[in-house]
Amino acid sequence: MELIVALLIGTLAGSGVWLLLRPRTFQVIVGLSLLSYAVNLFIFVMGWVRGGRPPFVEPGAVVDFARFADPLPQALVLTAIVISFATTALLLVVLVVARGLTGTDHVDGQEPDA
Amino acid sequence: MNWSEHLPIVPVVLPLAAGALMLVLDERRSTLKAAISIATLLLLLVAALALLRLADSPTAPVYALGDWPAPFGIVLVADRLAAAMVLLAAVLGLAAMVFSLARWHRAGPRFHSLLQFLLMGLNGAFLTGDLFNLFVFFELLLAASYGLALHGSGTARVRSSLHYIVINLGASLLFLIGVSLIYGVAGTLNLAHLAQRIPQTAAVDRALVEAGAAVLFIAFLVKAGMWPLGFWLPSTYAAASAPAAALFAILSKVGFYAVLRIWLLLFGGGVGSELLFYGGVATLAFGIIGMLASQELGRLAGYSLLVSSGTLLAAISRSDGAVTAAALFYLVASTLGIAALFLLIELVQRSREPGADVLAVTAEAFGLADKDEEEPEEQSGTEIPAVMALLGLSFVCCALLVAGLPPLPGFVAKFGLLAAVLAPEPISARAWALLALLTLAGLAAVIAMGRAGVRIFWAAEERSVPRVRLIEITPIAGLLALCFALTLAPGPAMRYLQDAALALHAPQGYIESVLGRP
Repeated sequence: MELIVALLIGTLAGSGVWLLLRPRTFQVIVGLSLLSYAVNLFIFVMGWVRGGRPPFVEPGAVVDFARFADPLPQALVLTAIVISFATTALLLVVLVVARGLTGTDHVDGQEPDA
Repeated sequence: MNWSEHLPIVPVVLPLAAGALMLVLDERRSTLKAAISIATLLLLLVAALALLRLADSPTAPVYALGDWPAPFGIVLVADRLAAAMVLLAAVLGLAAMVFSLARWHRAGPRFHSLLQFLLMGLNGAFLTGDLFNLFVFFELLLAASYGLALHGSGTARVRSSLHYIVINLGASLLFLIGVSLIYGVAGTLNLAHLAQRIPQTAAVDRALVEAGAAVLFIAFLVKAGMWPLGFWLPSTYAAASAPAAALFAILSKVGFYAVLRIWLLLFGGGVGSELLFYGGVATLAFGIIGMLASQELGRLAGYSLLVSSGTLLAAISRSDGAVTAAALFYLVASTLGIAALFLLIELVQRSREPGADVLAVTAEAFGLADKDEEEPEEQSGTEIPAVMALLGLSFVCCALLVAGLPPLPGFVAKFGLLAAVLAPEPISARAWALLALLTLAGLAAVIAMGRAGVRIFWAAEERSVPRVRLIEITPIAGLLALCFALTLAPGPAMRYLQDAALALHAPQGYIESVLGRP
């Protein structure tokens, strides 16, 4: 299970970095999205990969913490998702504006040979 | 209930409330918005001054949000350094706001709200005592700064903002990786709790913590503009509108602040000091070369910001209380000076053709053909006589500040820094390297600023005297007057920053004020 998750995160991050370094703005934004998926999964996995463990503790019961998942990474990943969603939306607007103003979708606002 | 107990949250809540209120106001009611902004900033200034006094005690005031105790809840810690930075941010915010009243605040939508949100993010990042909360406040201030960098629109701004946003989004992802690695090993995100736990981690896990911290610091150093992470900085800052650029002068200091605080708290200034030193020196060298090579004033100011970042990073890498104290004084002086310079550049350039200070041959290479920027034309306020004399005088003051020459506090700061670096008896090779580079940086600043000044004020052939309003020159004069005050009476400020630096180097006090005595 750990291996599969690690490979998944690695593949996502690798594709994300490759796309981030491409010259077209659309590739850059897709790369950033893939990278943020990888990072969100990474944060989540920091609470360890285990099945069948709820993050909540029943009130009154005798608590054995080994049987419960750590709820904090889940809270962190939720915050990270919201923030990266908002900033990606903002970046999308800037991409469209840049496309309109410069007439090209190259990240430098001009074609390399022009 | 004691009123002063709630003071640490005021610098976060006040701009948030004002910014949110102004979001629902119509764009046309700019006078009302300006009144709200100025009133909020004045209140913020008062709160920052009160916080400065409150923080000047052996145990830092700690504000537990929702009254949850420290390692579980999120805390705000207003120690001396945080309070000083909050005050600096408030001063810059007020100066930028007053400057923008002449015309800039109507150049694009939501300027007032964005400025307040930027201040909220800045204050939160300075005050927070929790690593993940630091991330949230970083994102807040970055989101606001994206909007401010785009303020006024135009091809140059959109193009450089695109780079700025992509680089900072990448840095934020690195921030998250660092935070989650540290959490995975240490099991806490409270800075004071981390400082207790990290020395106790097993040797195997310690490498993982240090790797996580290294990834985290890359994110901070991107903001501080350390070479080779800071190539975006000069073009973004040069393209931003003047009030936004003046505020951005403190934005790069946030990265430095986070490095200083977390490195000294979690690692006691030990691990990685060589990297900080060589990074700082490389930034310094890059900034010097950039200053000499830049032909536009905006880029010149951007490179001088890199020089100050490099100086600060190289200085704190010695992790010596006296050097850190001098570095903090340098931080205050250089931030005020560079902010004044960014404001001044816009006034000086108003009288000149776009690209007049670029040699004719290189104008094309720099791509200065864009003229579709929305420069707001209408102006308000009283015009003042003898404009050129006043602008020239301010320019000389800014040059002296940036170069670190007497009688302005740039000199006091640099002198203090060099005196502290050269104090321990066998003077190390690193100290000599820093001495040489700092002197060179001063020389480069004199050459570059002198060249620009001669070209603008003496050698211009066809020049119309710029129309400058009183309300535009006042914030510049105010910032420079603050600098003069720092030269005339550096004692209290020096004493305060020395105490702040000593507290940073003895983190036990910070840990005890957050977690209570063991």
